[in-house]
Amino acid sequence: MAKKIGDVILDVNNISLSFGGVKALSDISFNVKEHEIRAIIGPNGAGKSSMLNCINGVYTPQQGTISFRGQTFKHMNSHQVAVMGVARTFQNLALFKGMSVLDNIMAGRNLKIKSNLLLQALGVGPARKEEFKHREAVEKIIDFLEIQAYRKTAVGQLSYGLQKRVDLGRALAMEPQVLLLDEPMAGMNVEEKQDMCRFVLDVNDEFGTTVVLIEHDMSVVMDISDRVVVLDYGKKIGDGTPDEVRNNEDVLRAYLGTSH
Amino acid sequence: MAFFLETLMSGLMAGMLYSLVALGFVLIFKASGVFNFAQGAMVLFAALAMARFAEWIPQWTGIESRLGANLAAFVIAGLIMCIVAWFIERLVLRHLVNQEGATLLMATLGITYFLEGLGQTIFGSDIYKIDIGMPKDPVFVLDSVFPGGILINKEDLYAALIAAVLVATLSLFFQKTSTGRALRAVADDHQAAQSIGIPLNRIWVIVWCVAGVTALVAGMIWGSKLGVQFSLATVALRALPVIILGGLTSVPGAIIGGLIIGVGEKLSEVYLGPFVGGGIEIWFAYVLALVFLLFRPQGLFGEKIIDRV
Amino acid sequence: MFYRENGQFKTTYKADQQIFPIAQDRWVILALIAFAFVGVPMLVDEYMFRAILIPFLILALAALGVNILVGYCGQISLGSGAFMAVGAYAAYNTFVRIEGMPLIVALLSGGFFATLVGMFFGIPSLRVKGLYLAVATLAAQFFCDWAFLRIGWFTNNTPSGSVSVSNLQVFGWSIETPLQKYLFCLAVLVVFGVLAKNLVRGAIGREWMAIRDMDVAAAVIGIRPMYAKLSAFAVSSFIVGVAGGLWGFVHLGSWEPAAFSVDRSFQLLFMVIIGGLGSIMGSFFGAAFIVVLPIFLNQFLPALGALVGVEISTALVVHAEFMIFGALIVWFLIVEPHGLARLWSVAKQKLRLWPFPH
Repeated sequence: MAKKIGDVILDVNNISLSFGGVKALSDISFNVKEHEIRAIIGPNGAGKSSMLNCINGVYTPQQGTISFRGQTFKHMNSHQVAVMGVARTFQNLALFKGMSVLDNIMAGRNLKIKSNLLLQALGVGPARKEEFKHREAVEKIIDFLEIQAYRKTAVGQLSYGLQKRVDLGRALAMEPQVLLLDEPMAGMNVEEKQDMCRFVLDVNDEFGTTVVLIEHDMSVVMDISDRVVVLDYGKKIGDGTPDEVRNNEDVLRAYLGTSH
Repeated sequence: MAFFLETLMSGLMAGMLYSLVALGFVLIFKASGVFNFAQGAMVLFAALAMARFAEWIPQWTGIESRLGANLAAFVIAGLIMCIVAWFIERLVLRHLVNQEGATLLMATLGITYFLEGLGQTIFGSDIYKIDIGMPKDPVFVLDSVFPGGILINKEDLYAALIAAVLVATLSLFFQKTSTGRALRAVADDHQAAQSIGIPLNRIWVIVWCVAGVTALVAGMIWGSKLGVQFSLATVALRALPVIILGGLTSVPGAIIGGLIIGVGEKLSEVYLGPFVGGGIEIWFAYVLALVFLLFRPQGLFGEKIIDRV
Repeated sequence: MFYRENGQFKTTYKADQQIFPIAQDRWVILALIAFAFVGVPMLVDEYMFRAILIPFLILALAALGVNILVGYCGQISLGSGAFMAVGAYAAYNTFVRIEGMPLIVALLSGGFFATLVGMFFGIPSLRVKGLYLAVATLAAQFFCDWAFLRIGWFTNNTPSGSVSVSNLQVFGWSIETPLQKYLFCLAVLVVFGVLAKNLVRGAIGREWMAIRDMDVAAAVIGIRPMYAKLSAFAVSSFIVGVAGGLWGFVHLGSWEPAAFSVDRSFQLLFMVIIGGLGSIMGSFFGAAFIVVLPIFLNQFLPALGALVGVEISTALVVHAEFMIFGALIVWFLIVEPHGLARLWSVAKQKLRLWPFPH
C-alpha cells in the first residue's frame, strides 16, 4: 500500500541556537512533508534534541524561524505548539512520576477538555460525560500499545521499556498531526525495538501522523524513514532519502565511519 | 536633615544585624544547597546557651571576672553549636541527600521547631541578659556640621565592628585556608568536589559549624541589644527577605541586602508610617522581597536561575 | 480474607472511576459518616466537641485546601494563615454590614475574597518556586497580619481590635450549642471533601499533578502552567478562606488577627506533611494528629513524669510539643514522605492479604 506523502507541513529556516558561549545549532534549515517519517541522525552532541526543543517551544532560537502549515513563528510557545497539533516524547522520559499510567495518558487529553472547574467539582453532567468520552479514547491507545495490565500502576514502578510506551501513549493522546520522537528506542532490547517500530509505523499508517524521529540505530532509520536529516556539531551535513544519505561522503566521514 | 541621618544610621545598624543572620543562610546554601530555615532558631539557641553559661560559670567555678565568664561562655556556646551541627548532618541531612529543595526546606522547618523546644527546655524560657560589656551610652558626632550632633549608639558601633571582624575572618578563612578552599569547591560543584576526594559529609558538618558560630555572634549582639527571648527566633525570619534581595549565593549580597532592608524599614516606618497607622516594619522587608521576586528573582548579586530540560 | 475484591468487576467507566471502587471501602466510609452524624453525638460530651472535634473538623477543611496547593500542585505556601484571616474578616464584614445576610452566604463570600487574595499572592509562582515562593507567601502572611491589625475598617473600627459574632443560624436552625456547631462543621467538611475529591481525580487534578511532577513536560502536552497554578491557588484559598470563616464564627466566636498568625500557617503545613502530601485522606489524618497530640501530651507527660518523680510544668509540655513536632516532621520526611496516608494504604494492602503474611 503506497503511502501518499503530502506537502510541506513543518519548515525550519536558518535556526541558530546558543547557550552562553556554546553554539548548539548553526543555521539549520530543512522541511518535513505531511505523512512522512523524517529521521534526524547525527553523533552525540550534534544538536538533535535541541532542534526538537526549538520546534516544541522549549528553547527559543536566537535566529531563524519555524513555519507550521504556512504560519511562521520567530519563537514557539509550548502550549501554542501543542494546540496546533505537535506532540513529542522525551529522551529521558518526562513522565509524571506521581501518577498512574492511565492518569499520565489522560493528561495528554487535557487540552481537549472543555468543561470548567465548577462542573468538574460537582462531578455530574457534562463534565462527567466528557471525562468518560476521553477515557474511551485513552483506552484505545492503551489497547494499541498493549499496556492494559498496567493502567492503574504508578509509572515510577514500571520497567524502562514500558515507561517509554506510556510516554508515546501520552503524546498520542493529544491526537497530534506531527509527532516528535526523541530516541524512542534508546535502551531497548531487540524485541522491544521491534514493538516500538511497529507502533511508530502503525501510527503513521493508520492516522497519517507525520513523524519526526531522532534515532541512533541505523538499521531502524534506514528501514522505516522516508527522508533523513544528518546533523554534526550543530550543522546540517546531509539531507535526503536514506540511500542518498548512506552514500553521502560528509556523512560517512563524520558519522558512519569512512567507507572502504 | 540631622533627623534623617539619625534614622539612616539606626537603619544601618539594624540592617547589619539582619546581615549577620543572613550570612549564616548564605554559607549553608552555598556549600550544601540546603536552605536553612532553622537559622533563626540557631541564633536563639546559641544566644540562650551563651547567656545561661555566662550565668552558670561564675556559679560553678567561682570565676569572678565578667570578661572571663563571657569568654568561656562564648567558647562553650560555640562548641555546643558545633555539636548541634554534627547532629543535624548525621540525623537529618545525610538521609535527605538527594531530595528536592522543598523537602529539605520542610526538614529545616522541623529542625526549627525542634531547636526552639530543645533550647527552651535546656536553658529555660525567661528573658535573659547578655552583658558583654558594651557601653550603652550614646555618642554625638558631627556636631560641628549639625548643631547638637547626630545621636549614634555606641553599642551599635561596637556591634558593627564585631560584625566587620566576623566577615573579615570568614573571608580570610575561605580564601586562605585549605578547608576554606574545599568549602568553595563544594559550593561550586558537589560532584566534582567529591571526585577529587573532598569528603562531603565532613564539609557539611564544618559549614553548619561555621553557620552555627555565625549564629552565635549574631545572637550575642542581638541578645545584648534586645535581651535573649523567644521572639529572637521570629525576628530572624526577617532575614529571609535579605537573601532574596542580595542573592542566595552571595556573601556581599547578604551584607548589602541587610543594610538596604534595615534602612528601608526604618525610613518607611518613620516617613510613611504615620499615613497608614504605623507598623510597616511587619511587612516592609517581605513585600520588597516580593517585588524583587517578580522582576529579579536572583537578587542583586546572585546567579541567574536557569531551568534545564 | 474480608478485604478481597474478588468478583467485583467493573463493566463501565463510571463504575471504575468511583471514589471508592472497592465495595468494602464504600461500606466502611458510609458507616463512618453515619456514625459521625448520629453515633458520635450520642457518645461524647461538650468538652470533646469544643476542644477536639470542632477544631479537628475545621482544621481538616483548611488542611484540605493547603494540600491541594502544596500536595497536589507542588506549590509551597506559608501564607495559609493569612488566607484563613481574609476568609474570616471578609465573612465578618459581609455578615455584620449587610442586613439579613445568611450565614452560609457570608462564609462563601469569605472564601471568595480569600480566592482573590490567594490568586494575587500566587502570581509569583509563575516566576519562582521552592524557597522563593515560600518567601512570597510569607509576604502575604505578614501583610495580612498588619492589614487586619491596623486598618480599622476591616474590624468595623472596634477599639479593642477583636471582633465577635453571635446569633448564628442556618435556615432557621440555630448554631449555638457545641452539638449544633459540630454537625454544621461536619456537613461543610463532607460537602467540601466530595467536591475536592471530584476535582483532584478529574482533569484539573491531573493538570495540578502534572505541574507538580514536571512542569516543562506539562507545558509540552498542552497544559498552561499559569492556569494550573493560579487555579490551584484559587481553589485552595477558597477552601482555606471558608475554613477561616468557620474558625472565627463557629469555633472562636470572637477573635483577633493573632488567631491566624504565621504559626497557624506552619501548623497547616505540618498537618499536610504528616498526613500525606497529595492525599485527601491525608489531610484528615494530619489534622487529627496535630489536634490530638498536644492534648495527649498534656495528659501523658505529667503522668509519665509523676511515675519517675519528675515534675513536668505546663511550659515544659509546650516545649516538648515543639520538639516532638519538629522531630516528627523530620522523621516523616525521611522515612515516609507520603505521610500517614501512605502508612494507611500499606495497612490496607496488608489487610487484603490477611490472614496470609504475603
